[in-house]
Amino acid sequence: MRIGVLALQGAFIEHRHMLEALGVESFEIRQKSHIPTAFDGLILPGGESTTMGKLLRELELFDPIQTLIKGGLPVFGTCAGLLLLAKEIANDDKRHLATMDIRAKRNAYGRQLGSFHTRAEFKGLGEIPMTFIRAPYVETLWDGTEPLAEVDGKIVAARQGRQLVTAFHPELDDDLSVHGYFLGMVTGSE
Amino acid sequence: MQNDRSELNRNLAQMLKGGVIMDVTTPEQAVIAEQAGACAVMALERVPADIRAAGGVSRMSDPKMIKSIQEAVTIPVMAKCRLGHFAEAQILEALEIDYIDESEVLTPADDTYHIDKTRFAVPFVCGAQNLGEALRRINEGASMIRTKGEPGTGDVVQAVRHMRMMQAELRKIQALRTDELYHAAKELQVPYDLLVYVSDHGRLPVVNFAAGGIASPADASLMMQLGAEGVFVGSGIFKSGDPARRAAAIVQATTNFTDFKLLAEISADLGEPMVGINEQEIELLMAQRGI
Repeated sequence: MRIGVLALQGAFIEHRHMLEALGVESFEIRQKSHIPTAFDGLILPGGESTTMGKLLRELELFDPIQTLIKGGLPVFGTCAGLLLLAKEIANDDKRHLATMDIRAKRNAYGRQLGSFHTRAEFKGLGEIPMTFIRAPYVETLWDGTEPLAEVDGKIVAARQGRQLVTAFHPELDDDLSVHGYFLGMVTGSE
Repeated sequence: MQNDRSELNRNLAQMLKGGVIMDVTTPEQAVIAEQAGACAVMALERVPADIRAAGGVSRMSDPKMIKSIQEAVTIPVMAKCRLGHFAEAQILEALEIDYIDESEVLTPADDTYHIDKTRFAVPFVCGAQNLGEALRRINEGASMIRTKGEPGTGDVVQAVRHMRMMQAELRKIQALRTDELYHAAKELQVPYDLLVYVSDHGRLPVVNFAAGGIASPADASLMMQLGAEGVFVGSGIFKSGDPARRAAAIVQATTNFTDFKLLAEISADLGEPMVGINEQEIELLMAQRGI
């Protein structure tokens, strides 16, 4: 199994470390030539969605990645990655890959002083650590998109088919279970 | 709810990695920076080149100006306070700034003591010329480090010197025997525990950016290849002929810093770079402030 990690900006190395800990091979995608003919899943990391969205277009990664996701490539977006996948963003005019039926709210907890760490239930995984850094949340979802976790009544993880998003950063904590869940989506066991 | 601010603040720096943080002096410049792909902006009244030219005492920026920039963009907004000026920092915290730069670019307010950054909920980034300075700042609570470089010059030589020094010292510490770390801690004037972390991991316990004199895509690539995890660009963008274009090119160069064909393309036709001054021509070395 080989998982690509979008490495335009942000915390992509942290995701690669999680995959390494799970014994899974990963590689970085910084430009079009880094997309191999065959691979098994894609992670869109945390960082700044405006930066990544712009580089996706400038580096001509936008169309091939959108096509792959629409074609069923399993994808996992954390924080900024969630915003890249959202079809709607409540407080931002920009849309990016827009492949997932969610309406996200950007910087939903305010500035850095609103960043926090907590533990909460994740469907099927039990209680897990969740670190939110200037995080978004999912305001609404539709068309078979399933909420997987809530914090204070807000949806912070969701799944639609082979697309998984978390508003928090599992790659910043030691708990490997969300990455394990995504790998289960890749192999078809989840 | 467990809230370890220092961990959360280090985490925000992790999200900035691979990105470019740009100095801006107006909301209009902040929007240009955001649209060019900046991962954060540094709000200040004058870019370092103008601070250097104007002389006199340079202080924290007007909160009104900082607020107007916070309202103009959605990316993190940073602002500078003077070395040791904890009251300026308290004011910046009240503005809910995303990161405070306790900066040698401004006139130092205290020639002995840095701010006790552990007392703040907002994060701090601090400049360092070498490993000792970096670890002392981290011990005081900095959750991100940048090289000092020599701000406002457009001359990258000092940023290179500081980054090379830091990387060489990191490698040296890794090669030491455990019993030699006690002496190294004494020599570097840093806490033993932080040196043990460096020895175990071969890196600082926080994110390390390059800053000072970066003015072109090639400069950004150079610093990334020397081990920087991202770059600050101060005067280099808005003192150049075509800021939007140069800013976008530096963002691309920071992501694909080893694709030299791409670097050749994006370095073409960027207009006038900032004129710059050589380090031998300047009288005030800001990097020597606050060690």
